[in-house]
Amino acid sequence: MDAQLKRGLLDVCVLAAIKSEDSYGYRIIKDMKPYIELSESTLYTILKRLETADMLTVRTAEHDGRLRKYYRITDVGKKRIEDFKDEWKEILSIYQFVIKEDDTLG
Amino acid sequence: MELKEGLSGLPQDESEERLAFYSEMIDDRMEEGLSEEDAVGGIGAVDTIVSQIVADIPLTKLLKQRIMSKKRLSAWKIVLIVLGSPVWLSLLIAVFAVILALYVSIWAVIIALWAVFVSFASCALGSVAVAVIEFAHGGVHTGIAAIGAGVVCAGLSIFMFCGCKLATKGALLLTKKITLNIKKYFIKKDKDNE
Repeated sequence: MDAQLKRGLLDVCVLAAIKSEDSYGYRIIKDMKPYIELSESTLYTILKRLETADMLTVRTAEHDGRLRKYYRITDVGKKRIEDFKDEWKEILSIYQFVIKEDDTLG
Repeated sequence: MELKEGLSGLPQDESEERLAFYSEMIDDRMEEGLSEEDAVGGIGAVDTIVSQIVADIPLTKLLKQRIMSKKRLSAWKIVLIVLGSPVWLSLLIAVFAVILALYVSIWAVIIALWAVFVSFASCALGSVAVAVIEFAHGGVHTGIAAIGAGVVCAGLSIFMFCGCKLATKGALLLTKKITLNIKKYFIKKDKDNE
């Protein structure tokens, strides 16, 4: 897959993983595992990028006597997911056109 | 921890944040019932992690970090550095010149390849023009020969184009690798100083 495309997809995947409730690093990786394999260092880079882009906020909370970082989606992040859905509706209709033309050709 | 060692040459805030991130991951894995060994192993090889991290940090930041850490030098060391500057400064410039030369020579090859492609392509076009002029003046044989030459050049230029694209991609990867190794060198030196 094209690297630029994959990066954009992973960003939205991570945003989706924290959308319904705040999540932490290991759980994000675990939640995404059935769909897409993500390494720790990649996740770190993505989380950093999303934080800089104001798409998520970070808070540190105690868990079992140690510290854990929780990530919460912002309105900007939610908008990114909505934009993504709109973009992909367009891409899907293009895809259907390509498939249809390809089929009729033979 | 081994990873800590690997990160010791990185900017302080950066490496601490990374370490906290990875240790949280390891703790979470162990909470799931994995043994410490498996949890650490699941994170991946230390070398790979360090390379990935280093690749993410700009070279300028690494350089700045090294210069900043020199602040704690004692007076006699500063005197030595100043007195020795004709030696180490020229050495430093030489090192940078070598690195620059490396980059320039890699990209010079790429530019040369593209130049060959451009010459083939223009030869193909030129031959067609020659053929048209020859036909107009009644030189059928020379005209056909020119067309033949044009087709050969066009074929070679297509061949060159594919080769050039591949070579450019390779050069990009190579320069990326060199940059990573230079960055790693800075970190290794930092570790030796400690």
